[in-house]
Amino acid sequence: MFQSRKTNAFLIQAVIGLVVVAALVLFVRYAQRSLEAQNMTSGFAFLWRSTGWDVGFSLIPYTINDPYWRVILVGILNTLFLGLIGLALATIIGIIVGALRTSVNPVMSFLGTLYVESIRNVPMILQAFFWYAVFTHLPPPRQSIDLGGMMFLSARGIFVPWLNVSTFAAGFAGVAFGCAVLLALTFSLLPRRSLFQRTLYPKLSRLALLGGILFAAAVLFFGRNTDGLFQLPQLKGLNFTGGLRVSPEFAALLTAMSLYGGAFLGEIIRAGFLSVNRGQIEAAHALGLSGWHVFTRVRLPLALRAVLPTLTNQYVWLIKATTLGIAVGFSDFFLVISTSINQSGQTLELIAILMAGFLVINNVLAGVMNFINARIKLRGTQLRI
Amino acid sequence: MTDIALAPPSLDLRHMVRRKLFPTPLSGLVSLIGIALISWLAWALIRWAILDAVFFGTPDECKQAAGACWAVITTRWRLMFFGLYPYDEHWRSAFGCLTLIAVIVLSCIPWFWTALRISVLWVVSFTIFVVLMRGGLFGLSVITEDKWGGLALSIFIFAGTSLLGMPLAIMLALLRRSPLPLVAKLSGLFIDTVRSLPLITILFTVAILLPIIVPGLAGTKITRVICGMAVFFAAYQAEIIRSGIQSLPVGQEEAAKALGLNYWQRTRKIILPQAFRRALPPTVSQFAISFKEVALVIVIGIFDFLASGNAAYGSGDWAFAYVEVYAFMAFVYFIFVFSLSRYGAYLERRMRVGK
Repeated sequence: MFQSRKTNAFLIQAVIGLVVVAALVLFVRYAQRSLEAQNMTSGFAFLWRSTGWDVGFSLIPYTINDPYWRVILVGILNTLFLGLIGLALATIIGIIVGALRTSVNPVMSFLGTLYVESIRNVPMILQAFFWYAVFTHLPPPRQSIDLGGMMFLSARGIFVPWLNVSTFAAGFAGVAFGCAVLLALTFSLLPRRSLFQRTLYPKLSRLALLGGILFAAAVLFFGRNTDGLFQLPQLKGLNFTGGLRVSPEFAALLTAMSLYGGAFLGEIIRAGFLSVNRGQIEAAHALGLSGWHVFTRVRLPLALRAVLPTLTNQYVWLIKATTLGIAVGFSDFFLVISTSINQSGQTLELIAILMAGFLVINNVLAGVMNFINARIKLRGTQLRI
Repeated sequence: MTDIALAPPSLDLRHMVRRKLFPTPLSGLVSLIGIALISWLAWALIRWAILDAVFFGTPDECKQAAGACWAVITTRWRLMFFGLYPYDEHWRSAFGCLTLIAVIVLSCIPWFWTALRISVLWVVSFTIFVVLMRGGLFGLSVITEDKWGGLALSIFIFAGTSLLGMPLAIMLALLRRSPLPLVAKLSGLFIDTVRSLPLITILFTVAILLPIIVPGLAGTKITRVICGMAVFFAAYQAEIIRSGIQSLPVGQEEAAKALGLNYWQRTRKIILPQAFRRALPPTVSQFAISFKEVALVIVIGIFDFLASGNAAYGSGDWAFAYVEVYAFMAFVYFIFVFSLSRYGAYLERRMRVGK
């Protein structure tokens, strides 16, 4: 039709591009107009209006007079909080299950298989509902299940001992510890070009971590309230005071997430263990390393390196699974957004925030994992068959 | 000298047990603890679920027994399987359900693995299901979608998702490999965006928000949910198909080109059949994942299997029997998903043998 295949392709693409852009613009215009017809204003001005409703769980101070941007921040923080704890627990369970599944002992590998198959084949939302029912059917606080006078399981939540320190000291210690962890991570991931750097950086990394722990502990110790560093939950009247309350919603979601995620991560880590060359393990044994050292210094690091990209995908999936909060009523990012849509009617804007939020969270997580992967992956031509 | 002649590997059971379970004292101890744990678990489970259980009866009889209260299932199973579907017409729902399950089983037989046979099978059975459930033909009374529910609805949503999602996935995968960079980029952007969003947010958008944004929208909530799930399924399945296509040797396409086949002939006869063969195990596991994901529709207020299970114990009398209801539902899901995933593992083993 035209002179060259190139111009032809260019024209086709230009037409397609224009059609897609036009369709998008038309849809947004149409949606805005139909929402305006239902007396809904558009724009992001509502973010500074006060909400007038409360959330069940918040890490930062929040009242019903606070604006919408703050409630969205509460939701994002809750999602990250639940997600990170869930990922950590799921990873621990996953490593144990993966090790069990690859055990030479048939009884152990059977236990691992039993766990994986019974958890993995049942939808996570069903498990979340189940745990929520279990945690809300616990006895009331007066008849709560007492675990050694320290922990109490009741229908109002799980009460555990907690640090008895001033809010400022707790926040300060948390921030200091977080900075130390970041510093340690930076040192352990920095490129090590010379022998000097190779010996110095691991030491600096360990030093930063140790310093952070000691510093945070000192801050907590000096910032403690008058009546002791730890505070046990105590039954006062119809409810507990003191200690930390883990709500049934949070507990149910966290349990479901760690167990379900643990089964999937276990399978991934198992594949990693299987990919470690037998020769490496035999060499480690031949060098006289103990069984524990062979596991922690040879098998586990090699296995984790082999499966880190797959692990990244599963981590992203698990973060997305926090949206099940809506099923049990935990105020995660998605529940907060959907309540905001109900209350304010700013549908398009809030959906855009929701999508952007998940894109950012997932891409940052994937980016961090890929960066770690690029830094720690095995270099050179190691034959790993 | 004769003493060191190698003994043949012993196949004696006693030796096998000893070598496998008790190679060292520590390993032997671990085995013993493990066996004790497994037997205790099994015994407790058998006692709870069978020996002390109440299979038929009233809530009061259940409360007195120490074991499981399966009476809640035997009294409420119709609610769990058929939801709010009219009682006298339950046979239609049951037949529809069985048709779809039969189709899922038939799809696992290699004879059906051609584009024509598999699509005819699915379209025909899907039509049978809809006619049976909806009625209005052959003297069946009309029952609208809002009365559908229970396991029948879950399976319907799963079948609809697969039926719509698979062609969409093939289209997206082909578009992403388009020689036109803009088309490939747009398709890639679409796939990656959908993949980075949680399914619940997509369901929420299409089921609850779309009717607000676009008032005069045709289609019921369930149709919209199926469309949303199909898009989500397609985004994941497209990547599986694409990886199947990419694993093919380049020579295949080049040879087809050299024979003078055009794009559609190449795609239909050379590329897709081989790509699907290679992508079969992950495709089966994607179907298993998709079956589990159907359970999420409860969040947007659809009366699926999970929701009717919640309703079965939720109201008054049976409120204490939640463990039994969830155990039963978990068991039903387990049967479906476990058999699908075993089948996928079988395919993977079979294909590895061929290599």
